[in-house]
Amino acid sequence: MAEAKKPKREKIPRQEMPRQAPEVRRRNFNEVALGYPDELMILESKRCLQCKKPKCIEGCPVEVDIPAFILKLQEGDLPGAAAALYADNNLPAICGRVCPQETQCEAVCVLAKKEEPVAVGRLERYVADWKMSQGMKAPDYVDGWRISQDTEAPEKAPPSGKRVAVVGSGPAGLTCAADLARYGHQVTIFEALHAPGGVLVYGIPEFRLPKAIVYAEVDYVKSLGAELILDCVIGKTLTLDDVFDDGYEAVFLGTGAGLPMFMNIPGENYNGVYSANEFLTRVNLMKGYLFPEWDTPVRIGRRVAVVGGGNVAMDAARCSMRLGADEVLIVYRRSRVELPARAEEAENAEEEGIVFHYLTNPVEIYGDDNGWVRGMKCIQMELGEPDASGRRRPVPIEGSEFDLDVDTVIMALGTRPNPMVFTDAGGLERTRWGTVVADEVTGRTTREGVWAGGDIVTGAATVISAMGAGKTAAADMDRYLRGESTTWWEPEEETAQA
Amino acid sequence: MYEILAKEELGTINKLMVIDAPLVARKAQPGQFVILRVIEEGERIPLTIADFDREEGTITLMFQEVGKSTMHLGLLEVGDELASFTGPLGRPTEIENYGTVVCVGGGVGIAPVYPIARALKEAGNEVFSIIGARTKDLLFWEDKMRSVSDELIVCTDDGSCARKALVTEPLKELCESRKDIAHVWAIGPAIMMKFASLTTKPFGVKTIVSLNSIMVDGTGMCGACRVEVGGRTKFVCVDGPELDGHEVDWDLLMARQRIYLTEEKRAFDEFKLKCECDSGL
Repeated sequence: MAEAKKPKREKIPRQEMPRQAPEVRRRNFNEVALGYPDELMILESKRCLQCKKPKCIEGCPVEVDIPAFILKLQEGDLPGAAAALYADNNLPAICGRVCPQETQCEAVCVLAKKEEPVAVGRLERYVADWKMSQGMKAPDYVDGWRISQDTEAPEKAPPSGKRVAVVGSGPAGLTCAADLARYGHQVTIFEALHAPGGVLVYGIPEFRLPKAIVYAEVDYVKSLGAELILDCVIGKTLTLDDVFDDGYEAVFLGTGAGLPMFMNIPGENYNGVYSANEFLTRVNLMKGYLFPEWDTPVRIGRRVAVVGGGNVAMDAARCSMRLGADEVLIVYRRSRVELPARAEEAENAEEEGIVFHYLTNPVEIYGDDNGWVRGMKCIQMELGEPDASGRRRPVPIEGSEFDLDVDTVIMALGTRPNPMVFTDAGGLERTRWGTVVADEVTGRTTREGVWAGGDIVTGAATVISAMGAGKTAAADMDRYLRGESTTWWEPEEETAQA
Repeated sequence: MYEILAKEELGTINKLMVIDAPLVARKAQPGQFVILRVIEEGERIPLTIADFDREEGTITLMFQEVGKSTMHLGLLEVGDELASFTGPLGRPTEIENYGTVVCVGGGVGIAPVYPIARALKEAGNEVFSIIGARTKDLLFWEDKMRSVSDELIVCTDDGSCARKALVTEPLKELCESRKDIAHVWAIGPAIMMKFASLTTKPFGVKTIVSLNSIMVDGTGMCGACRVEVGGRTKFVCVDGPELDGHEVDWDLLMARQRIYLTEEKRAFDEFKLKCECDSGL
């Protein structure tokens, strides 16, 4: 609650962030949310009560000291706010945009009980964007002495002389690498693609997370001392065993869940059926929306069906609309209540004119004589008893088949870890879902010297949970490298066999 | 990074390039491929490895200028650098001593079949090789292929060089005359691989083909390259590129190769126009 010495708190409503109007943004790839102007940031920051025992910090997977940076905003001290934020979070401009704050920090905000919570994400974004506009210079050391002109840059320990490898430059890998560098270790990040960022770049579209923002945060991680090697596929170009042979003493696996899933229904290989991964990679990483200025084409039909109800499905649907489709449908087998996408993303999609077909499941894709999609047969579903996930299981209604007139189908059914990284990487136990077995507390795998975190452990989840895993793993790797932790983790029986 | 160390024009449309890529060369094996981008805005194009030199740290590629990206690649000169170069990708050829084998290379497919024939020869196989092209100008590496084969048969579709025949004709004759052929590798355009597979099928000779699907990442992430093999969906990038030619759904493969025909033509035409304008200035 508010401290007594503070002046009586004026009641300020939660400040909306300006956004592009739906009818405009549905046909362009510019960022939808425009960020707070100064005056709205000031108003919103004043809403924070500066709780003595703040719940929001516990609600954050990377435990950002949220009241600390908001206090600096209340005091009008932007450099101070940046210093406080970057002390805990290496990628705040990304988090401020794509974290599901409504289920994390903002869900537990004291204000949420009576009114609306403080817009933590929007304030975080404001601070990060301000800092980026000022230029970020990480601290450097010469002969053990800190030399840095930038007092807002976070602390960094002197060099430890230890070499560590991070596989994958997505949210888990970048966070882990940044912290390892700050702990003083010599970090190398190996990235399979030609650009860093992982799902932040190939998956999340420009209009939700501009790539310039991701690359700026990657540059910041590099400025902390992390080396980035692109075009290097671990499991192919180098194996995990090679990495250890090359002298790395600890390795973090953050390769995500990049393997697409299909439904295994007839007609799924017709031209015009994409995995969401392929579609989004063409659009986002390869900038297919800029064809022919950029070389990679992406073909979109007149009527597009996106199958699935997660954030990836929303992204694919909204990209289809922006590429000029006449009509875009979301086909989801459960009801609106079970939609796994963030409520905000589903609302954005609806505002942009995307039509939702709930309780609908595809059973066959029709093709024409040239092998192109010409329609999709679906069946109506109803909700039965809850399944293992606690959600009510969708059951087909007999005889309810109907046809959808579509010429493009995008399968957004979830992803699994890519097994490539496990080539010549003995000792790493995996579950039957292909995820790697790792200690929840530390990220240690069943092979000594190897940690893992993010989607490779959990299966497809969120950016921030991957960042949380990267952060805890980095802390444990640091303990291990300093010789403070001698016995290696062993999984309990059930975990290993799960 | 990824500097072009040598460039050679073989006939009118085939170009060879030697790329400085030590990490890729260290691991490269016959049958694998790389993915490269010519420029920052470029698409990721898969090319099968035509040769590699672990000591020199180089990868040799052979390509035909069939679209914008390959034409652009062909315009680069020694000393230029590629925007990116990733590999080696895909499964290597399963090299062992099978006894008697046949290696068939059609057109630009002669290049990737060469390291396979060489490895099979080194593994102790009796190697028959057949190379062919539409016309004399498109043939290359006759000497290299002869050096790793016990017998080499050369043919052209139009008879402008050596025997006038499609590669499937001598392949059929070999299958008839030599009952001990254990394995056939056939690499070239999809249509050639399809008919080579149809040729060997009645003889029950296992025939491995190297599929050239459309790809994006090349690491199993996107599924652009999916084909049906024996009724099951496979990803060429991670399950191949070498797959069983008797099991491949060739019509599906060829339909999927045509997905971006319109866009490819548009990009190619605009690029050619731009090149003409630039050279006219």
